[in-house]
Amino acid sequence: MRVTVIDYKAGNLTSVLKALRHLGAAPVVTDGDLSLIELADRIVLPGVGHFAATERLDSTGITGAIRNVISRGAPFLGICVGMQWLYAGSTEAPEQEGLRHFAEYCKRFPEGGEKVPHVGWNSLEVRKGSRLLAGVKPGEFVYFTHSYKGPVTADTAAVTQYIEPFAAAVERGNVMGVQFHPEKSGETGLKILRNFLEWAC
Amino acid sequence: MLTKRIIACLDVHAGRVVKGVQFVDLVDAGAPAALAARHAREGADEIVLLDITATHEGRQTLLETVRRTARELFVPFTVGGGIRSADEAAQVFEAGADKISVNSAALADPSLIGAIGSSFGAQAIVVAIDARRDPDAPDPVRDAQVFVEGGRKCTGRRAVEWAREAESRGAGEILLTSMDADGTRAGFDCELTAAVSGAVSIPVIASGGAGTVAHFAEVFSRGRADAALAASIFHFGVSSARSLKEELFVAGIPVRLPC
Repeated sequence: MRVTVIDYKAGNLTSVLKALRHLGAAPVVTDGDLSLIELADRIVLPGVGHFAATERLDSTGITGAIRNVISRGAPFLGICVGMQWLYAGSTEAPEQEGLRHFAEYCKRFPEGGEKVPHVGWNSLEVRKGSRLLAGVKPGEFVYFTHSYKGPVTADTAAVTQYIEPFAAAVERGNVMGVQFHPEKSGETGLKILRNFLEWAC
Repeated sequence: MLTKRIIACLDVHAGRVVKGVQFVDLVDAGAPAALAARHAREGADEIVLLDITATHEGRQTLLETVRRTARELFVPFTVGGGIRSADEAAQVFEAGADKISVNSAALADPSLIGAIGSSFGAQAIVVAIDARRDPDAPDPVRDAQVFVEGGRKCTGRRAVEWAREAESRGAGEILLTSMDADGTRAGFDCELTAAVSGAVSIPVIASGGAGTVAHFAEVFSRGRADAALAASIFHFGVSSARSLKEELFVAGIPVRLPC
């Protein structure tokens, strides 16, 4: 199975690759070879830092290649900023468009009271029917580090509470995203990545 | 609910853990990779590896140690000790660290914080602050003095203002060690921790002085710490991160109990 991890210079890929290898995958990395995206059986889009970094996906043609691979039905997983990019955009970089697979916008946590960013282990309330989160029990913990988040909608696969409820995971068909870091979330995170790798098209 | 983190810290010299765990009958206490994996299995939320070698030859050994430790570790992994430039940081990230911690290098050149953060994200840079209360200052706690070189050299910086500057320069977290409390096992410096935590929006990790489970509970409530470093968790009258967390849970502190 060809698992392609997209490198758009938004942070370190080492941990994601390590977790995928631990689960028996042999991921390849690309920062611009579109054939590695078009021909992939699975796509992972990681990313930490600023939403503006996703501009590189447009300028390299990766966005178009991702649209093709998604419409072909290959499972796609966005992690952290990679999940936020699946939405229409983020108030972190209003001029930068997302993929618009999900119509909403990501917004910053409201100020006042709790600290922003949201950093640490928080629990998941998994919604019925999520394939990505199959086997994750209510209240299992995963590791977050972010200041922006997607809203809770019909496509939300798991809800987490911090200041307000937000989308910890989103899923519609073969397109999935997680706001947390499954590669840093112990056994729970590995279970989620395994579900993604075993996702039958 | 966001939980309070318990972070296991391993002090490493020349590729071996030199203190922190005396529980030698189960694992080789000297192998960082095995110890880190065991802490993670038993419920540590995060692992910090502090290299105290800080020599040129030591750097290569450190990278190998980081690589080996990161290999089977699936919780956040921070590496600190002697990282002086963005290039050195890049090598440590490449070897598998999720975050790096900087202390004296950031004080010597605060722009290092932004330089590392711009490539790897703010979440990947922890600024470590070693502070001691200043009894002569108007506010001995907020004006606690910042030291480097293991407490031998006073920098002239004050804990709260330096933490604020570190945040504004793009630090993702503050690792605050109270030099007054460190080694006493009489409890964390909750006032100092609360002063720094209240002054910044990024998480503050408390370090120094833990002697009992109650000390952790105090620094999470009164000290407003987001996380606490357990430098030698097995010395605190508990056998593992798991039992520390179970006791904290009973005390009403939100923690992640291992499955």
